[in-house]
Amino acid sequence: MTVADAVLAVMFAGLTAYALFAGADFGAGVWDLFAGGTRRGRQQRDLIEHSLAPVWEANHVWLIFVLVVLWTGFPPAFAAIASTLYIPLTLAALGMIARGSAFAFRKTVPSLSVQRFFGAAFAFSSFVTPYFLGAVVGGIASGRVPPGIAAGDVVTSWINPTSALGGVLAVGVCAYLATVLLCADAQRDVSSELADRFRARALVTAIVVGVIAAIGILVLRSDAPRLFDGLTHRGLPLMIVSALAGVASILLLFRRRYGWARITAAVAVTAVLWGWAAAQYPYIVPPSLTITEAAAGHTTQITMLVSLLIGSVLLLPALVLLYTLFQRSHHDQTTV
Amino acid sequence: MVAEQLRLIALEAPADFVFARSQMALSLGWHIVVACFGVAFPAMVLFAEWRGYRNFDADMARLARTWARAIGVLFAVGAVSGTILSFEMGMLWPGLMSRFGEIYGYPFTLEGFAFFLEAIFVGIYLFGWDRLSPRMHMLCAVPILLSGIAGAFFVVAANAWMNTPTGFRLVNGQVVGAQPVAAMFNPSTGAEVVHMLIGAVMVVGFSVASVYAVGMLRGRRDRYHRLGLLLPLTAAVIAAPVQIVVGDWIANVVAEHQPVKLAAMEGHFDTSRSVALSIGGIYIDNDLRYEISVPYGLSLLVDHDPDGEVIGLDSVPPQLRPPVNITHLSYNAMVGIGFGLAALAAWTGFVWWRRHDIPRTRWYLRAVAVSGIAAVAALEAGWVATEVGRQPWIVYRIQLTSEAVSTAPGLRYGFYAVLLVYTVLTGMTVYVLRRLTGRQPARAPQEAEPSVPPQPESAPR
Ligand code: HDD
Ligand code: HEM
Ligand code: HEM
Repeated sequence: MTVADAVLAVMFAGLTAYALFAGADFGAGVWDLFAGGTRRGRQQRDLIEHSLAPVWEANHVWLIFVLVVLWTGFPPAFAAIASTLYIPLTLAALGMIARGSAFAFRKTVPSLSVQRFFGAAFAFSSFVTPYFLGAVVGGIASGRVPPGIAAGDVVTSWINPTSALGGVLAVGVCAYLATVLLCADAQRDVSSELADRFRARALVTAIVVGVIAAIGILVLRSDAPRLFDGLTHRGLPLMIVSALAGVASILLLFRRRYGWARITAAVAVTAVLWGWAAAQYPYIVPPSLTITEAAAGHTTQITMLVSLLIGSVLLLPALVLLYTLFQRSHHDQTTV
Repeated sequence: MVAEQLRLIALEAPADFVFARSQMALSLGWHIVVACFGVAFPAMVLFAEWRGYRNFDADMARLARTWARAIGVLFAVGAVSGTILSFEMGMLWPGLMSRFGEIYGYPFTLEGFAFFLEAIFVGIYLFGWDRLSPRMHMLCAVPILLSGIAGAFFVVAANAWMNTPTGFRLVNGQVVGAQPVAAMFNPSTGAEVVHMLIGAVMVVGFSVASVYAVGMLRGRRDRYHRLGLLLPLTAAVIAAPVQIVVGDWIANVVAEHQPVKLAAMEGHFDTSRSVALSIGGIYIDNDLRYEISVPYGLSLLVDHDPDGEVIGLDSVPPQLRPPVNITHLSYNAMVGIGFGLAALAAWTGFVWWRRHDIPRTRWYLRAVAVSGIAAVAALEAGWVATEVGRQPWIVYRIQLTSEAVSTAPGLRYGFYAVLLVYTVLTGMTVYVLRRLTGRQPARAPQEAEPSVPPQPESAPR
C-alpha cells in the first residue's frame, strides 16, 4: 500500500461516514415529506427535527472533508469529476443550501404557513439532493468521466442508466437508514406506536431497496460491464457481506431489535461503498486515471497523511462528545 | 517568459468566462459576510455570557442568549454557503485545482478540520445551553472561538498564495517539489490574515451595535439596548484604528510583491519618482482624471521617501493589466470607509474618556446605525480590490484566470440558478434574523425541540 493509497483510504472512510450520518439525515427529510398533513404529521415531524437538531451540521461536514482531501491529494481527479459533472453537483449544492437553510429557518418562524413553506423546501431538497449525489457516483463508477477538464459529456455523464440506479439507490438507502434510526428514537422517546409506524415503513423500504438492487445487477451488466466485472470478482466478498447484513437488518427490524438493526444497516451500506472501491481499484476515476497517476507529489502526500492523523486525534473525541451528550439528553428528557 | 504569457492571453477565453467569475464573486462575497460572524461573534457572545453569569446580570444573559441564537442561524447559512464554494473550486476553476490543488488545496484540508470542530462545538454550545453547567457550557465556546480564527487563517492563507505563490518549482509548466506547508506561509499570509481578522471584528462589532442603535433611535433606551450597543461597539472601536495601521502594512506588502496591483489600486500609470497619492477620479486612456491628489503621497507611503520610485501600470503590456477603475475605486471606498469608521471610533473614545458615556446627540446613534453597513461595504470593497487587482492572473504571474476556468458548456445557467437561490436566501436570512430580536424570541436550529416528549413539564427551563 502506498502513501497515496492510505490518503485515499482515509478519504473513503470520510465518504462512508458521510453516507451513514448525512444519509440518515437526508432520509429523515424524505420521511418529513411523507409524514402527512400538518396536524397528523406533527408528531413525526417533531421527532425528526428532534433527532437532527444538534448534529445535522456536523454530519454534513464529512462531505467537505471528502472534497478537500480529494482536491489536495488527487487534484486531477477532482478537476475531472467536478468539471464534467458540474450540473448534478450544482443541483446538489443548491439542494443543500435549500435544505440546510430551510431546516434552520423553520424553527425560528412562528407563522404556520411560513413554517409549512420551509418544511416543504426542506423535505423536497432532502429528496433530490441524494439523488444527484448518487447520480454523480454512478457517472464516475461507470467510467463516464474522462481525465482532463470538462472532457466528458456534461449531460450523459449523469443522465444514464448507472447514474439513475445510483440516484435511486441513494435515496432509498437514505430513507432506509433514517427509518431504522427513527424506530429506535421513537421507541425510546415517544411511543412504541410511533416506532411501529416507522418499522412498517422501514420494512417496505427495505424490500423496495432490495428489489432495486437486484434490478441494478442487470443494469450494471449491460451499462457498466467493467464495474460489474469488478463487483463480481474483487468486490464480491464485500457485496455478499452487504447482502447478508441487509437481510439481517430486516430480520432484526421484524423482531423489533432496533439497536442491532441500526448496526447491521450501517454495515450493509459500508460494505457496498467499499465494494465499489475494491471493484475499481487501482483506478480513482475509471477507466483510465489511476490512483498513482492522480496522486499529488510525495511531500504533499506525507504532509496530508500526518495532518489527517493529527486532525483525527482532535476530531474524534469531539465527535464522541457531541453524540454522547446528545444521546444522554434523550434519556434525561424522558426521565424527568 | 513574457512572450509565453502574451501567447496565452491571445487564446480566447471560454464563452462563459464572465459568468464563472460572477458566480465565484457572488458566492464568495456572500459567504464572507456570514463567515465574519463565525470568526468574531462567538467571542462577544462568550463575554456577554460570562458577565451575565458572574455578575448575575440578567440583561447580559439575555443578550448572550439572543446572540447565540443569531449565531445558530448564521452558522447554518454559513455552512451551506461554504459547501457550494468547495464545489465551485472544481466546477468553475478545474485548471487551478488540477495543477495547483496539491499546494493551494492543502490549507483547505486543515480548514476542513477547523470547520468540523466549529460545527461540533456550535452544536454542543447551543443544544447544551440549559443542559450543561454554566462553566462547562462556557468552556465549550472556547473551541468555537479558536477554530473560527484558525479557519479564517487557513482560507485567507490559500488566497494569499494566489497573490504571492511560493513553495514549489515549475519545470516545463509542471509543478514539482510542492511544499504545501511552506506555501501556506507565503509573503502575503501574515498581513492578509491579520487584516481580515480585524476586518471581521469591525464588521461584527459595528453591525451588531447598529441593530441596537436603531432600537435606541426608536426610543428603546433601556439598559439592555445600551449594553447591546456598547459591548460590540467597544470591540469595533478598538479594532478600527488598528486596521489603519495594518492597512498600511498590507499595502506595503502589495507594493513589494504585486506592484501592478498596487498601481491599479492607485490608478498610477507611468513608473516614476515623487508620485502623488490619488483619491477618486476616473481612469481613461492610461490617465486618471478628476482625482484629488496629495503630492508625494504615494512615494511616501510605498517607499517612505518623497522621491521614491513607484512602479506603474506601464511596466507590463496592456493585456496583463487589471481593470483599473474597479480596482482603484473599490480600494478608495475601503480606505475611505476605514478612515470614517476610525473617526467614529475616535468620537466614541473621546466622549467616553470625558464623561464615561456615549455621545448624547441623535447624530451619534445615526452614525452607529449606518456603521454596520459601512463596515460590510469596506469588507466587500477590499476583496474586490484584491481579487480584481490580481487579474488577469488567478495565480499571480503563473497562471491566467482564463486558463483555469472550466470549458464546460452552459456555465451561465449555473450562475443564474445561484443568483436566484442567493437572492431568496438573503431575503430569508434577513427576515429570520429580524425575528430573533423580537419580543417572543425564536429558537436556534440547533436547539432542541421542547415539545418532543409530549409531556409539557419536561420542557427545559
Ligand atoms: C472592515 C473592513 C476593512 C477596512 C476598514 C479596511 N480594510 Fe483593507 N481589506 C479588507 C477589509 C478592510 C479585506 C476585505 O478584509 C481585505 C481583502 C483581502 C484581505 O486580506 O483583506 C482587504 C484588503 C486590503 C488590501 C489589498 C491586499 C491584497 O491585495 O493582498 C490593501 C492594500 C488594504 N486592504 C489596505 C487597507 C487600508 C490602507 C485601510 C485603511 C483604512 C483598509 N484596508 C481598511
Ligand atoms: C471572501 C471574499 C471574497 C470576495 C468578495 C472575492 C471576490 C472575487 C471576485 C470579485 C472575483 C472575480 C474577479 C474578476 O472577475 O475580475 C473573484 C475571483 C476569484 N476568487 Fe475571490 N473573493 C473573495 C475571497 C476569496 C478567497 C478567500 C479565495 C480563495 C481562497 C478566492 C478565490 C477566488 C478564485 C479562485 C477566483 C476566480 C479567479 C479570478 O477571477 O481571480 N477568493 N473573487
Ligand atoms: C474559497 C473560499 C472558501 C471556501 C471554499 C470556504 C468553504 C467553507 C465551507 C465548506 C464551510 C462550511 C463548514 C461547515 O459546514 O461548518 C465554511 C464555513 C465557514 N467559512 Fe468559509 N470558505 C471560503 C472562504 C472563507 C473565508 C474567506 C473565510 C473567513 C475569513 C471563511 C470563514 C468561514 C467560517 C468562519 C465558517 C464557519 C461557518 C460560519 O461561522 O459561518 N470562509 N466555509
